[in-house]
Amino acid sequence: MTTTTPARPIENAYAAGQLPRWAPLVMLISSLATFVIIFLFVQAGRPASEFNIVGAVLFGVVLYAVVLTTVSRLVEGHRRATDRLVTTLVALAFVIALLPLVSLLYTVVINGAARFDIDFFTLSLRNVVGEGGGALHAIIGTLEMTLAATLISVPIGLMTSIYLVEYGRGRLAQAITFFVDVMTGIPSIVAGLFAYSLIVMFFGPGVRVGIAGAVALSVLMIPVVVRSSEEMLRLVPNELREAAFALGVPKWLTVTKVVLPTSIAGITTGVMLSIARVIGETAPLLVAAGFTNNFNYSLFSDRMQSLPVFVYSSYISQGTDAQAYIDRAWAGALTLILIVMALNLLARIIAKIFAPKTGR
Amino acid sequence: MNFKRLGTIGAIAIAGTILLSSCAAASGTEGDGEASGSDLTGTLVGAGASSQQSAQEAWVAGFQTANENVTVEYDPIGSGGGRDTFIGGGSQFAGSDRAFKSEEIDEDNFASCVPGTGILEIPAYISPIAIIFNIDGIDSLNLDADTIAGIFNGTITNWNDAAIVSQNDGVELPDLGITAVHRADDSGTTANFTDYLSAAAPSVWTVGSIETWPTEFGGEGAPQTSGLVDAVTNGTGTIGYADASRAGDLGVVAVKVGDEYVPYSPEAAAAIVDASPFAEGRGETDFALELDRASDESGVYPVVLISYLIACNEYASSENVDLVKGYLSYIISPEGQSTAADAAGSAPISSKLFEKAQAAVDAIK
Amino acid sequence: MTSTAARRIRAKQRPGDRLFSGTALAAGALILAILAAVAAFLVIQGIPGIAADPEKTTLLEGTNFWAYVGPLVFGTLWSAALALLMAVPIAIGIALFISHYAPRPLAATLGYIIDLLAAVPSVVFGLWGGNVLAVGVQPFYAWLAENFSWIPFFAGPASGTGRTILTASIVLAVMVLPIITAICREVFLQTPVLHEEAALALGATRWEMIKIAVLPFGRAGIVSGAMLGLGRALGETMAVAMVLSASNVITFNVISSTNPSTIAANIALSFPEAYGLNVNVLIATGLILFAITLVVNTIARYIVNRRKEFSGAN
Repeated sequence: MTTTTPARPIENAYAAGQLPRWAPLVMLISSLATFVIIFLFVQAGRPASEFNIVGAVLFGVVLYAVVLTTVSRLVEGHRRATDRLVTTLVALAFVIALLPLVSLLYTVVINGAARFDIDFFTLSLRNVVGEGGGALHAIIGTLEMTLAATLISVPIGLMTSIYLVEYGRGRLAQAITFFVDVMTGIPSIVAGLFAYSLIVMFFGPGVRVGIAGAVALSVLMIPVVVRSSEEMLRLVPNELREAAFALGVPKWLTVTKVVLPTSIAGITTGVMLSIARVIGETAPLLVAAGFTNNFNYSLFSDRMQSLPVFVYSSYISQGTDAQAYIDRAWAGALTLILIVMALNLLARIIAKIFAPKTGR
Repeated sequence: MNFKRLGTIGAIAIAGTILLSSCAAASGTEGDGEASGSDLTGTLVGAGASSQQSAQEAWVAGFQTANENVTVEYDPIGSGGGRDTFIGGGSQFAGSDRAFKSEEIDEDNFASCVPGTGILEIPAYISPIAIIFNIDGIDSLNLDADTIAGIFNGTITNWNDAAIVSQNDGVELPDLGITAVHRADDSGTTANFTDYLSAAAPSVWTVGSIETWPTEFGGEGAPQTSGLVDAVTNGTGTIGYADASRAGDLGVVAVKVGDEYVPYSPEAAAAIVDASPFAEGRGETDFALELDRASDESGVYPVVLISYLIACNEYASSENVDLVKGYLSYIISPEGQSTAADAAGSAPISSKLFEKAQAAVDAIK
Repeated sequence: MTSTAARRIRAKQRPGDRLFSGTALAAGALILAILAAVAAFLVIQGIPGIAADPEKTTLLEGTNFWAYVGPLVFGTLWSAALALLMAVPIAIGIALFISHYAPRPLAATLGYIIDLLAAVPSVVFGLWGGNVLAVGVQPFYAWLAENFSWIPFFAGPASGTGRTILTASIVLAVMVLPIITAICREVFLQTPVLHEEAALALGATRWEMIKIAVLPFGRAGIVSGAMLGLGRALGETMAVAMVLSASNVITFNVISSTNPSTIAANIALSFPEAYGLNVNVLIATGLILFAITLVVNTIARYIVNRRKEFSGAN
């Protein structure tokens, strides 16, 4: 081409040997199409519902990766070929993660919609047999116990991670690090038993109260908070600390005004992770906070219902009118997911307000 | 047995002190219990078998509707947990899929009860266990105990096995592998089901009545009744056992008793209970049953789950006595029993048992 | 922070400093106290279980405690290992996608979508795993058993319901994915921009830049995230209990209906009906899980510490 039109400027050397921008897209579409057609042939004559869409897409993507890498290697050299391959794999990882998420959410929304009504959010299950009733008592219980657990765990967890990163040296810090790791492995039901026995020491035998549930959740939450915020605090560049010290800022102010704001987004993510980790716990709450179908607003007296226990018990002890119980279970699950989503969103907004402006 | 009891106490009394020294009934629950008749107030706490839960929900709802100021809490923490909680004094009544063993009662360690007065055990929840299966196009099968035992211990592995075909004339059985699904959790349902197998098919089912499934029998495990029903529903060629109220659209087995094949029904389940004697060597208010599962009597369905209500004969604290009496009376009353039958598909107790139990409940102090 | 050769220079101690460091120390000490209490609880409750007479403890079925707990330990480690094997590469991929590949405005939303997975309660994972995933993968297992039975992992016979340890591990992988992703993402985002730009300026492709600058910086974070995920995978109760068809065996066959159970799931399944010494036996298995976590975390800490030079705060 260049020979026939000498007037055209010399091509940019960096752009030479580069695949055109549309090439990957075309390859993707043609690879997918190839396998859709192959699969159509393989199962010719059988009903359309049996069409193996997952298989076709899977093989199509593999073909795409192979073709793209090969072509790129021939045209652009192996470095760019590797780069393209990795890009494909990274995007693929994201899509793979979306599959279970979509499947899960679809299942929960479809099944949960049946009972996602006003009654569900305004009534308890007191004196309800079979259809009807609501989960307000469980929603209140979950919110109160999770909030109490968060209030216990986040200060302890955050201060511990500050100690570990900013102050801790020597044996004690090592011991704390080590044992926090061990704490991540406590089976949830053991945490429940522990909290139950702790409460029994104060309140007498057989007592099941909301605060015991909160304690059980805290035992599970603390290690997650410590571990994640420790990681985030360590990422704060030392230059920032040194700059603050150089200006004569006391250490505690450096931590609260420089280190914490810098890592607030990561810490918030960690706290949200820990909340999400415990808000769906069933076994410890059943052991420690008990089971009830009645309203209870007090953390310190009487049993408290929670959404996971509500969902689980609705699922396992279905009466003769099983569908009513199953519908309630799914609606409860949907509510639980929505609550965590809302909390997550809230936390991100808060983090955004406090986070300093960075390059990103 | 001493070991067991020590362990039991240790399990509950974590600090080791409170429970051992405590002889008061749960003081953590409020309620003055002063009133009588229909002016009952307060909170009654029970804990135990999850098999009873849907029935308990119905009973609680019925009782609370009749007595507006009363709250009854039933923690479905399982039979073992329920018995331990009751022993420790954490609940005023327990629900359990088995009665206390005589040795356990002789220990006389019930924290809520006055020592030496014994306990009250009523088989108030009687529920047929359906043997359910999922094969396309087949709604019911006739099987005898030996065949059922063979399927569940892994010796009969295909649906067109001669043992199954010979009992089901006219049913076209497919050449399909059998997936026998059992309960993955320890459960009273398994205990009652295997108790039936060991009584009715002793030559094939040799491991007796068990709660934990033996590894060598293979098969699939699924947790809780719901998990088991789901596993049977979602699989093909699957068979399992579950509370009859949950059988739904699945195929069910008619069990051979004597010379006839009996499908499950509440009446047939109640019949086996009536045909069975009470266990001997127990207190007057202890209505533990010796189920005669090998019975040849016509019209009985021997695969039933019996779940007990357990309470004190004499409470150490008089606080909740009226509530216990009121609630237990309601449960065993014909009204309470029919409520449970509607909500949980259970079989009502016989009038004979009702009279005896009512007298015992009235005598609670 | 560094000490000079002769004398350590000490910062002036203000009341605020003392209060703050005191509080931090107290929080750390409190954690140790809580853990000591949990450990004491486990040990006091568990010892009678370990020493339990097999004849008198129904759960042990006549064998001793170690024979009972062996398959459980194996199942716990095996399922967690399978789960991490699946989750870690994908999580790193997702984290990179969000931090370095996805268009900026989209990245936050994508991160949020993955965080959604963390919001799903384990009961729901259990329901989904047992009723949707298991049913969906069962034909695939049958196909594996038919064509690849020469590989010991797929020896079969394939489970009729799909409730195998591989299914349970997939569910676990999905559950730990958001945890690992979230940590990796935050760490990758903290990579010094100067490092990245330096690599790009030298002519590195995007992948080379990630290989040179991002991954070494984030290695400790990746291990930390994986450890948090592992903790969850080891201790997950309800989801495994609801998905897995378990018996007390040791097998590497991942698609048959005979699978080893995990400690946590076994506790959840056996606890409600347990009484007397059985309770102690179950708590003793909890103690074993505790010990496993201890060992696994020690190894991971060791790996992280060898790489400490890459983290910012020392």
